[in-house]
Amino acid sequence: MRIIRLLVWKEFLQVFRDPATAFQILVIPIFQLLILSNAATFDVPRAAMLVVDEDHSSVSAQLIQRLDGSERFRVVDVRPNETGVEAALLDRDARVILRIPHDFERDLVRTGSAPVLLSLDAEDGASAGILQAAATAIMVDVSRDLAAAHPGSSREMQGTVRAGPPLDVRSSNWFNPSANYKHFMVPGLLVSLTTIIGLLVTSQNIVREKELGTLEQLNVSPISRGQFLVGKLLPFWLLAMTTFTIGMTVGVFVFGIPTVGSVPLVFLSAGVYLIVALGIGLLISTIARTQQQVMFVAFFLLLLYLLLSGIFTPLESAPRWAQWIAQASPVKHFVFIMRTVLVRGGGLADIGPTLLGLAVAGVGVMLLAVRQHSRRAD
Amino acid sequence: MGRRWAALRGLVVKESRHVLRDRQTLVILLLMPLVQVLLYGYAIRTDVSGIRTVIVDPTPDIATRSLLARFEASDRYDVREVVPTDFAIERGFASGALRQAIVLPTDVERRLGRGEPISVLIVTDGSDPNAGSAMRSYAEAILRRWYSEASTNTLGGARGIRVESRMRYNPTLESANLFVPGLIALVVTIVSAMMTAIAITRETEMGTMEMLLVSPLRPSAIVLGKVLPYAALGLLNVFIVLSAAAAVFHVPVRGSLALLLAECLLYVFTTLAIGIVISTAARTQRTAMLMALGGLLLPTIMLSGFIFPIASMPTPLRVFSNIVPARWFLVIVRGIMLKGAGLGTLWQETLVLLGLTTALLAVGIRRLSVRLD
Repeated sequence: MRIIRLLVWKEFLQVFRDPATAFQILVIPIFQLLILSNAATFDVPRAAMLVVDEDHSSVSAQLIQRLDGSERFRVVDVRPNETGVEAALLDRDARVILRIPHDFERDLVRTGSAPVLLSLDAEDGASAGILQAAATAIMVDVSRDLAAAHPGSSREMQGTVRAGPPLDVRSSNWFNPSANYKHFMVPGLLVSLTTIIGLLVTSQNIVREKELGTLEQLNVSPISRGQFLVGKLLPFWLLAMTTFTIGMTVGVFVFGIPTVGSVPLVFLSAGVYLIVALGIGLLISTIARTQQQVMFVAFFLLLLYLLLSGIFTPLESAPRWAQWIAQASPVKHFVFIMRTVLVRGGGLADIGPTLLGLAVAGVGVMLLAVRQHSRRAD
Repeated sequence: MGRRWAALRGLVVKESRHVLRDRQTLVILLLMPLVQVLLYGYAIRTDVSGIRTVIVDPTPDIATRSLLARFEASDRYDVREVVPTDFAIERGFASGALRQAIVLPTDVERRLGRGEPISVLIVTDGSDPNAGSAMRSYAEAILRRWYSEASTNTLGGARGIRVESRMRYNPTLESANLFVPGLIALVVTIVSAMMTAIAITRETEMGTMEMLLVSPLRPSAIVLGKVLPYAALGLLNVFIVLSAAAAVFHVPVRGSLALLLAECLLYVFTTLAIGIVISTAARTQRTAMLMALGGLLLPTIMLSGFIFPIASMPTPLRVFSNIVPARWFLVIVRGIMLKGAGLGTLWQETLVLLGLTTALLAVGIRRLSVRLD
């Protein structure tokens, strides 16, 4: 026990001897949390729309006005013809181009139907889909209103009027009524930052000893392997827990993330989860020989884990095989626990199986790492 | 001059051997871009599909059946059930089995015929607000289109304004088309900047930098010798990503390939410069690693428009993103690959990238010579 205490003490001395390292482990993640959580939004801002109005009618003017007044579009320019429109889309001056053809109003009044052409910059397909849906919804509403405002027009248009008042669509968001994406993102980012710190620092630290040759010295000392590993892992587990705690505090007090469920349960899960994360770091350190290798393997794994965790993109949209692979990402499971407990107010019953799975994975990874480690050292 | 060249060549050869000798890293280095292209292309999607939905329809009739058909026909929706009451949906939402519910009123068909108002409630799982707002838009668009047709069909004829949409540059809305350019930036950043930073810092930490410095090589030659192999690896990775993207996902290169490669080369130099700057600031590899991670990798993923659109960010971050080189590189690569843009359109972005690279190199070299004295 005394040996472990001394080893832990030694690691702490090493970390805190260099103020830069301590700063990086404890302070930088918080900055990242503050900055990145603001960046991580798919919210589609009002799109710049360029209108080519060949019709110049009162109806087209009305349409333009409606679009400009909507929450999804702002009309940046109205042009009489298509000259230079292509370049505007290419230069990203406009995201959407609406072409209202000749005789738009006439056709609409006479036949009750007239086309408009919508061209969207679909580089980002997801937001283009949302913009298209929004434009369609606005057009439907406008035709309805127009029909109501033109009682003297064709029978068809009046037909639309008689069909009834506009559809009343109300929506409600459960679990996050104000649609604050930070409540969703902050727990996820906190998990990824804690993981990065824990995994990287652990594996890097051990390989550094290897590189400098001090690992050999430890191996010939009377310290047992178990003592050595506990002495290595405990300090970083504590450091990562500290980072997590600071992050939670910032999350709750700065971002106001909800704590509907039990906070001790979250910390218990974090403790279990970090054993898995540090175990993976340990495993990497048994394979790698240089710190460069460590960084490379660790970044590669972290990228896989993080991108398949559902933190940044909805995992439901992924194909089934990718969802299966994602099951192997401990990050995904811990993010699930965090969101379930904090945002949805789930209890031990909801996260029990996941937590158990993490615990089993933690033990497994640790055993594997210890076996690898002793084999290497022999 | 000849001797200097020979010395530089020797250093490059030595560094290349270091890189090539390390099989493990090499394999990952060459495998990583492949795995990532596959992942981003198939698995990482920012749009929402397979939305598990329940439709609450107290009185099923022809009108509501046509609405159901519309939801079922949409590949975004996975209609699980049609139930008569909203009694049990709350449980479905809490367990995550449901993401959305469409709650219809009674007697939809009759109301339509009489021209009475119909109000529909869309319940969305908002715990992921990004996905939530997308799901809401999709449902609303389907409802409005259905309503506009259902309400007029009863009287026949009119359809009002018909919207014909064209999705320019990416007609199939393939997410690979969006991600591959960003992936090039990411892979180059990891390989060139991080590896450089670590490689130089390693010499400092190990004390071998001192040995190199007392050699007849000039500091700039030492740095050049260190970074060149990584520049080559970075470019190699660009090729791998591009070929994989073209072969598997048919991601187009609509503009000039030569221009694309030239811009990639420029970006490789940008990242090398960043690597040098980091290595002059860091004393230990751990510091270099954490700096590369926080100062480079995360901004490249989060603040470049790679996953999250810059236009959606709050103003301070939008301003800040201007100094993230990947942000400019992404506009350039997406422009060339997807839009077929040329230098005529992209000269501003290229100039900014060039300026950033020059500034970073200047800072890096100055700090380096200061430290070496």
